[in-house]
Amino acid sequence: MLRYILKRLIEIIPVMLGIAFIIYAIMSFTPGDPARLILGANATNEAVENLREEMGLNDPFLVQFFHYIWRIVSKGDFGNSYKSGQPVFQEIFKRFPVSLNLAICGMIGSCIFGIPLGILSAVKQNTTTDNIISVIAMAVVAMPSFWVAMVLVLVLSLRLRLLPSSGATSLKHYIMPMITIALANGCSVLRITRSSMLDVIRMDYLKTAKAKGVPNRVVVWKHAFGNALLPVITTVGTIFGSLLGGAIICETVFTMPGIGALIVSSIKSKDIPMVLASLIFLSAVYSLVMLAVDLLYAFVDPRIKAKYSGK
Amino acid sequence: MDDTLLKISDLEIVYQTDLETVRAVNRISLEIKKGRTLGLVGETGAGKTTTCLAILRLLPDRTGKVLNGEILFKGENLLTMKESKLRKEISGEEISMIFQDPMTSLNPVMTVGSQIYEALKYHNENKQSHAELEKRVGEVLELVGIPARRAKEYPHQFSGGMKQRVVIAMALACEPELLIADEPTTALDVTIQAQVLAMMQDLQDRFGSAILLITHDLGVVAQMCDDAMVMYAGEIVESGTAEDIYESEQHHPYTVGLFGSIPDLDKEVPRLTPIDGLMPDPTALPKGCYFADRCPYAEDICREKHPEPVHLSDTHMIMCHRFKGEEASV
Amino acid sequence: MEGNGVRRGRLKEFWRRLKKNKSAVIGMVLLGIIIVCALLAPILIPEEQVYAQDAMTRLLPPSAKNWFGTDVYGRDVFARVMYGARISLFIGFAAAFLSLITGGTLGAITAYYGGRIDDIIMRIMDMIMSIPSTLLALCIVAALGGSAVNLFIAMALSSMPQFCRLARSAMLSVVDQEFVEAARAYGSGNIRIIFQEVLPNALGPIIVQTTQSIAGKILTAASLSFIGMGVQAPQPEWGTMLSEARPYMRECPYLVLIPGIFIIVTALSFNLFGDGLRDALDPHMKN
Repeated sequence: MLRYILKRLIEIIPVMLGIAFIIYAIMSFTPGDPARLILGANATNEAVENLREEMGLNDPFLVQFFHYIWRIVSKGDFGNSYKSGQPVFQEIFKRFPVSLNLAICGMIGSCIFGIPLGILSAVKQNTTTDNIISVIAMAVVAMPSFWVAMVLVLVLSLRLRLLPSSGATSLKHYIMPMITIALANGCSVLRITRSSMLDVIRMDYLKTAKAKGVPNRVVVWKHAFGNALLPVITTVGTIFGSLLGGAIICETVFTMPGIGALIVSSIKSKDIPMVLASLIFLSAVYSLVMLAVDLLYAFVDPRIKAKYSGK
Repeated sequence: MDDTLLKISDLEIVYQTDLETVRAVNRISLEIKKGRTLGLVGETGAGKTTTCLAILRLLPDRTGKVLNGEILFKGENLLTMKESKLRKEISGEEISMIFQDPMTSLNPVMTVGSQIYEALKYHNENKQSHAELEKRVGEVLELVGIPARRAKEYPHQFSGGMKQRVVIAMALACEPELLIADEPTTALDVTIQAQVLAMMQDLQDRFGSAILLITHDLGVVAQMCDDAMVMYAGEIVESGTAEDIYESEQHHPYTVGLFGSIPDLDKEVPRLTPIDGLMPDPTALPKGCYFADRCPYAEDICREKHPEPVHLSDTHMIMCHRFKGEEASV
Repeated sequence: MEGNGVRRGRLKEFWRRLKKNKSAVIGMVLLGIIIVCALLAPILIPEEQVYAQDAMTRLLPPSAKNWFGTDVYGRDVFARVMYGARISLFIGFAAAFLSLITGGTLGAITAYYGGRIDDIIMRIMDMIMSIPSTLLALCIVAALGGSAVNLFIAMALSSMPQFCRLARSAMLSVVDQEFVEAARAYGSGNIRIIFQEVLPNALGPIIVQTTQSIAGKILTAASLSFIGMGVQAPQPEWGTMLSEARPYMRECPYLVLIPGIFIIVTALSFNLFGDGLRDALDPHMKN
């Protein structure tokens, strides 16, 4: 098992390098001169040119990329923010907890919304209930999440004054973002739960369980859902991973100081080291989440555990 | 007689989809007495499994429909009983079931111990403690020849024959009065088959359970069963005691075909002999005898009129135009 | 060629199934209405109505003159929403088409040649896929600058890997079949085989995926525009309009509701149509 984890961790390294390269390449097209950005509009051309030389901006692209990676590998240095001059990870770590909370809330919300409805529609396949659920899911999927967020703010904060419309300081602040994310992502949980349950629902061992006298509720939740879990875990894991950095809309509409909002503002102010570091960080976190998902498989399915252990 | 355990009468089952209606079981009646073993023989698609599933109401929800008939277990109709009551008081407690393929009839993500434990847990009338039930799981496993310590293992760690033992252990955990075994040995190796059957018989002797045994294998019927029934296209075409089936001179032509000759207890007939032709399309059954197209003795009447059951003796019944009460001849 | 007759028969059968599918029909009708709106907008509504600002008519509620009211600059919301349909549909179609072409070609190449090429391309695709796609699109827009064209390019590139994978697996399932072997044996050129034999047979799932992805593209485009990283004001993009409406939503909720409903209906119609298409193309895939 440990060996498997180690192997997977090592495999992440080249992927991270590749991702860093892709993002570095894209960002290098960004218009504007970083040296000019740092020194301000009043600096002389000469000063800007000196700084460019100092920052290595005049080197060929590959050399620049190599230096960037080398600084990371040798000193763990991702560079300083153009805006604040501080090391980028200071800001990233400061904001990560908000994104993490948001991702956890969103994930829980998506499961609460998607799993029971998915199971229900699978158990009642092709009945009116199933059709109603799939119509609801279709409509919800078509709603842009920023619009859902605005409508929630309009109704719950501005009209009813039940919830705060911005910030991330209390649990109450997370309720509307949670609903927003749950609606946006819960549908994919619903769909995968339904189709995975349908695959399982005709299995003989469910008949065995019923024949043993296991109550229906237990047959559905323990025997059927227990076996339908793997694809659901993958989907939920993917959602969680992308929420960690991708709750951009929620963080923007509800003005929560998370990493998504950081990336947007850094992109707007062309703070390239910040953008690079955040994206690399998020991709790393995403890869780790996906690894965790794979490991979780082992706990759900003993056959996979046996495979990992190399038996 | 009071020792009737299960009495099925006029049972009619169809599978209905948008496209077609498959007439799987057509007005069959049968009876199982306490402690006896009834063998149900027939080709694939004859409706044997459907009949079994109907007893514990395990037919697929949307498609499987019982159109007619009743299934009385100790006088109570299982078809109209509340499902929660059926699951709680009958399923696993008084009637247990063993399925054809042990590879798929165990839940792959639960230990075999916990699956047996479940059977005990939901029928725990004596309010036994967790530890007592756990102990019982071990006992049941030992009973089928599996060391109790293997209760903590998962199905994928067992071989096919061992899995079927687990399934049997699970079915017998509550000492049911009726065991329904749907081709319990078909998926197993020949050597394992004999072991499993011997074990079932041994356990039957111990608990006094009745068995409804579905099989392809006439040797198994000869070895295990007190009574036997031959099913064809959703009908029972011949029924009787094992002696009736194996010793009598008179048989339904289909039975004759199945055995390849007049059956004989002393002669080894390991497997059913294939008969020329196919079973009639269950979505469009003919109006006459369902077997007429494949029957070497078919006459005009066979294609015109559906035969009625003919009772040759108290126990022996044949559904064929060639027989008319006691004075029929072959 | 005799294959043509068979193909026409299949097409007819497909059309019959599609017409029987309720959700597909609803989707097609809604989609038709929106496309007609988008096409007729410049004919029925003078373009100046979309941009002309008028301080006198700020934030008017819906009325007979301004069906959907006016926005904060006094522009007619109805005119802007109609023109907005053009932008959203353009971005949706263009992005889906571009990612189909790029991803599909890459997928076809990987599936057909296999080996090294397959390994390398799929590795790169995996890398791209482990960057959250909205973020990737965001970066590309940042590098290229915000406009409708750059937005669809960004989205097409960020969703290319999904198409590559799908095309690859769809191809792989046909490549091994006999008729491709036969074509190879006759000495047909590789490119010819890909286009004549493999692509037409792998087309079904790819078309379905393309249709279904348009809805997602329209939503993402609106989201990016909403946070100011896509189509820029004063263009009448639905997301941009919502972003402009945000400060006034308490007083003028219609400014939020109307463009939102248009986004929903558009995305919904693509989804319905896509699902119907899938069921009609392959009735067995339904469940």
